[in-house]
Amino acid sequence: MHSRTELIMKILFWASGIAIILFLVGILFTLLSNSIPALGEIGIGSFFTSGLWRPGAYGEPTYSINNFILGTFMVTVGALAFAVPMGVAAAAYLAEIASPWEREFFKPIVEVLAGIPSVVLGFIGLVVLAPLIARFFNIPSGINALNGAILVGIMALPTIITLAEDAITAVPKEYRHASLALGGTQWQTIWKVTVPAAFSGITAAAMLGMGRAIGETMTVLMVTGNMIARPESFLDSVRTLSANIAIEIGDVAFGSVHFHALFVVGLVLFIITFIVNLLADILIHRKPEVNK
Amino acid sequence: MNQKRWLTLLGLVVMVSIMLVAGCGSEVATDEAPDAEADNGGIEEDVAAETSSIMIAGSDSEVNLVTRLAEEYMNANPNVSIAVTGGGSGVGISSLIDGDVDIANSSRPMKDEEIDALKANQGEDVYAVRFAVDGVAVVINENNPVSELTVDQIGAIYRGEITNWSAVGGEDLEITLYGRQSTSGTYVFFMEKVVQADYSPEMRNLAGTSDIVEAVTGDVGGIGYAAIGYATKDGIKAINVKADDNASAYDPTVLENVTSGNYALTRPLYQYVSGKPSSAILEFFLFEVSEEGQNIVLDEGFYPITAADLDFNKDALE
Repeated sequence: MHSRTELIMKILFWASGIAIILFLVGILFTLLSNSIPALGEIGIGSFFTSGLWRPGAYGEPTYSINNFILGTFMVTVGALAFAVPMGVAAAAYLAEIASPWEREFFKPIVEVLAGIPSVVLGFIGLVVLAPLIARFFNIPSGINALNGAILVGIMALPTIITLAEDAITAVPKEYRHASLALGGTQWQTIWKVTVPAAFSGITAAAMLGMGRAIGETMTVLMVTGNMIARPESFLDSVRTLSANIAIEIGDVAFGSVHFHALFVVGLVLFIITFIVNLLADILIHRKPEVNK
Repeated sequence: MNQKRWLTLLGLVVMVSIMLVAGCGSEVATDEAPDAEADNGGIEEDVAAETSSIMIAGSDSEVNLVTRLAEEYMNANPNVSIAVTGGGSGVGISSLIDGDVDIANSSRPMKDEEIDALKANQGEDVYAVRFAVDGVAVVINENNPVSELTVDQIGAIYRGEITNWSAVGGEDLEITLYGRQSTSGTYVFFMEKVVQADYSPEMRNLAGTSDIVEAVTGDVGGIGYAAIGYATKDGIKAINVKADDNASAYDPTVLENVTSGNYALTRPLYQYVSGKPSSAILEFFLFEVSEEGQNIVLDEGFYPITAADLDFNKDALE
């Protein structure tokens, strides 16, 4: 009797694990099988030529996604450029300097930040951040890549702070003690010893934050302006891969070339996030640089 | 051990088949939905001969207005049931060709090949009714001194050929283009009526009309387009539009300019049926173009039909 329950539980748990794999395989299969008609019709090269994405063109439709890849890259890199230093600094403070009550106070706030719906952030970007950016840079419109990067950076912060704090906390106490015993100040200990020792964990935190940033859709859709032209700078409007899918999937004719072309965009997005998450995973499981 | 292996294999097979069935199931469901509803209509007609049901599908711009018209009509005529769905003008027309719906809502005229397809499929001629007029205002920041433009100039601005307000009599100020996304009927209407080519790739594609209003409010050099009802908001103003160089400019926020047809950026909203409308459908059309129906049209933010539209309707309604 006991062993049968054991067996059933074992199978249930195993099945749950396998289900995740099946979901992933299923998603990949759907993306691939729906991409193939477009790849056949348009040719894989046409997606990566310098040109525009114009499936509903007045004349001949074109399907280049280069500008969207650049747009996605700009928003993501821009977001990480301020979210990583800020996130790591906040994590170092929480892990090393903050008193217990400060930690109790700030950690829930970080979690609340993670829970803000992206559409709310997008709205704030449109109404508050866009006029601020326009005034600060003296440009006509603040609906641009910078706006998206700032908001996405804010969204990636909780991921980065939480994971980086875990990584810093996991650094053995002996390191700090040794540094302090040698006369290092607290700042020197954090900057020269603790943070470098947690480097692989911090990099993984940044990568997972990046995975979050690449796929973020709603906020970016609302504040970046979604221009199809090639952006010249961060003050230009951009369209990201995910925003493009969200914009167009609503009115595309089921089964048309355009429909399948959107799956190609999804496939490219999937491959990019997959690589980023894979790298993060490898870094998380890497052995610490310094052994006891 | 052997038994365990079998069970795991069984579990795997069950899960894969559940996934497959779920996948297929949902596809079948979406494919058959219109048929199923049409069947229901048939059954209702059999049970109570006096109850007639009308299926309407098509344009998303029209769906709210037609739903409202249908509700008011059903309140007065409880023996008629009308179901209205959206999906886009193209969806409505292809459903009409396939015989899945009774009326197709369309914010564009039917194409010749669609009329031919309907004739081939249903053996009937197509009849059309214009029941409302939709207008688009071109809006700019209230601090921009420009007050009137020709349709050609607006087109050139949106094609990216004119990039500075000084070229159209304004200040030396760069133009920022704001437009809707391709999901929008207004996007298509504006492209075909005004731009007559591809939009400039520099145009910002915003998610909704209020986003455009918000953006133009904060951007002195901005230009956008929106339903006329939005053009009276604070911070923006509607451009008075001239049909060509010699015509006079008309302000879209003045009702007479739109109803008289003098304002250039309007489009009639159509409903298509296969075969000359009769009984319940004809009654519904007559309600729509009646004074009561046209008041609802105004109430919903659209414009009443003009004398030319009434003339156009004669074919179907008389």
